[in-house]
Amino acid sequence: MKLRTLLAATALGALMAAPALAQQLSVKIGVLNDRSGLYSDITGEGSVIAARLAVEDFKAAEKGLKVEIVSADHQNKPDVGSTIARQWYDQDGVDVIMDVPTSSVALAINQITREKNKIHINSGAASSDLTGKACSPNTVHWTYDTYALAQGTGGAMVKAGGDSWFFLTADYAFGHALERDTAAVVTKAGGKVLGAVRTPFPGTDFSSFLLQAQASKAKVVGLANAGGDTINSIKQAGEFGIVAGGQKLGGLLVFINDVHALGLQTAQGLVLTESFYWDLNDQTRAWSDRYAKLAGGKKPSMIQAGVYAGLLHYLKAVEATKGKDPAAVMAKMKEMPTDDPLFGKGSVRADGRKMHDMYLFEVKKPSESKGPWDYYKQVAMLKADEAFKPLSESECPLVKK
Amino acid sequence: MFELLGVPPQALFGQLLLGLINGSFYAILSLGLAVIFGLLNIINFTHGAQYMMGAFVAWMCLNYLGINYWAALLLAPIVVGASGVVIERFLLKRIAHVDHLYGLLLTFGLALIIQGLFRNQYGSSGLPYQIPAELRGGTNLGFMFLPTYRGWVVIASLIVCLATWFMIEKTKLGSYLRAATENPTLTQAFGINVPLLVTLTYGFGVALAAFAGVLAAPIYSVNPNMGADLIIVVFAVVVIGGMGSIMGAIVTGFSLGLVEGLTKVFYPEASATVIFIIMAIVLLVKPAGLFGRAA
Repeated sequence: MKLRTLLAATALGALMAAPALAQQLSVKIGVLNDRSGLYSDITGEGSVIAARLAVEDFKAAEKGLKVEIVSADHQNKPDVGSTIARQWYDQDGVDVIMDVPTSSVALAINQITREKNKIHINSGAASSDLTGKACSPNTVHWTYDTYALAQGTGGAMVKAGGDSWFFLTADYAFGHALERDTAAVVTKAGGKVLGAVRTPFPGTDFSSFLLQAQASKAKVVGLANAGGDTINSIKQAGEFGIVAGGQKLGGLLVFINDVHALGLQTAQGLVLTESFYWDLNDQTRAWSDRYAKLAGGKKPSMIQAGVYAGLLHYLKAVEATKGKDPAAVMAKMKEMPTDDPLFGKGSVRADGRKMHDMYLFEVKKPSESKGPWDYYKQVAMLKADEAFKPLSESECPLVKK
Repeated sequence: MFELLGVPPQALFGQLLLGLINGSFYAILSLGLAVIFGLLNIINFTHGAQYMMGAFVAWMCLNYLGINYWAALLLAPIVVGASGVVIERFLLKRIAHVDHLYGLLLTFGLALIIQGLFRNQYGSSGLPYQIPAELRGGTNLGFMFLPTYRGWVVIASLIVCLATWFMIEKTKLGSYLRAATENPTLTQAFGINVPLLVTLTYGFGVALAAFAGVLAAPIYSVNPNMGADLIIVVFAVVVIGGMGSIMGAIVTGFSLGLVEGLTKVFYPEASATVIFIIMAIVLLVKPAGLFGRAA
């Protein structure tokens, strides 16, 4: 008994002495996303792999920086995500929460991060409110947002003559934001929104909603949803002859994994907006090959690419400020231009919006594709300042006008 | 509620028809559950995973072996049903004499394991499966465009449901089954192999789930979570119909599909919850379910 007490005391002593011994700076990164549900292919373990690659490429160990990565499954539920985030920040010493798909969860993490004065670099969520009315000095929104998607796909479809729209909207924060931002683009360009239907999330059968869209006679059926919802609605739209009947499908948020799941036969011709595609240039191809080796042959989604780039930028800021004080690191991240192999050169704006170009892609025909994952051809490029909401229109209180 | 007036009768017919189609899936799945519960007294939470396995086996048949949809419609239920037989023999049999709760936990755990295995192997976004060439296209009914495949789903599920009902209620084999449900000891005393009957019944219930899975493959996303999304609703259907009632499961399945379809027109936001509201009301008024016998 005595020996055990002695051992315990020694262990405790060693534990308490440890921080004093460690000269090097250490940061703890928490990757919080969907690891089991409908977004787990576009985020999930792939985002953790991307984060590890960022640490590797930053050569953290050589620079005397110790980086630890932890991950958890928020199950797309704001309450689950919030509990994990509080635990991470309060007890586990996590400095940064990365990724966080599902806008409703992201908005909750955004708020908690601000309360606890930590840093949140969001890649997975879409709602433009993260840098709009819910903006926070502690959040960077990296990969894309509903405003950019609306500008890209929405803008392109209106230009091509699709001037009347009917929305199928996933009934939560993300869907509402995407519908709102796209409707704004459509009306601004002189188009009309004929109606919208809010579909329970996640859904399986969209045929009733598609039938309503068909009856509306709108030229474009806008799919303000994501992941499995998008796959199911596109699949069933084909079945109900929506496209054959002359209406166009506007997949407002379609990821490469969704196209993979649909197959080119069903997905061909679909126009979509992304900020990253593995086959853009030599650098993206090289990185994606490394990723694929670790991810069982899958190519990365833009969200996973965003986790890599966001973490790389954060680590550079930590290196530059020689510390991890959130205010100092955030200031550095916004001051320093961004530069990484996946998104090229860019910047982080005062409202936390990461600025980079977006691409408008069209899904290839089966005959044009050389094999699995060769799915997109580039139709247009949107410059960062056309793609994202200008600061002059921002609702973010951080932006001085 | 203003929307009530805004819906033209044509749109209503369309939605009713769609409700019937969704009801077909509810009917086959809840039928399988009812058959299993009736004889084994087990609440089979693996049912959703077995439905998903049906869809995946169809996909594997096509992509690895080049077996088409029609053969898969027969083959997948056999393969998945056989896996059910194995589960019954090695796992469920051992807990047959203990409380319901153990069966529920065991099957729920199995469902999580099966889904996890498929997710690890195939990811969560799903796999493509095309509608067979014979059933592509559709007919314009005037009030709606009916895809041929959806029509086929209703017909196929009606046939399977009625055949199952006939087999259990009207044939000699069915009478053995019902006897074994009432009093297994006495039935065995008459020289009927009850354990074999139990095993085969479980296999058959599972095969029904797999059959629904193959039917679903061309229209829903074939992904590891497809069953988990559906199974909760199907349980509500079984509870509303009355646990263990064969006809109850069929009729409730189709009619709740209709109710859900109507909700999608009048108040889409509630379409995911309407079945549970009905379940709560039914449980308050008639705790044994609409077609169930009070215990």
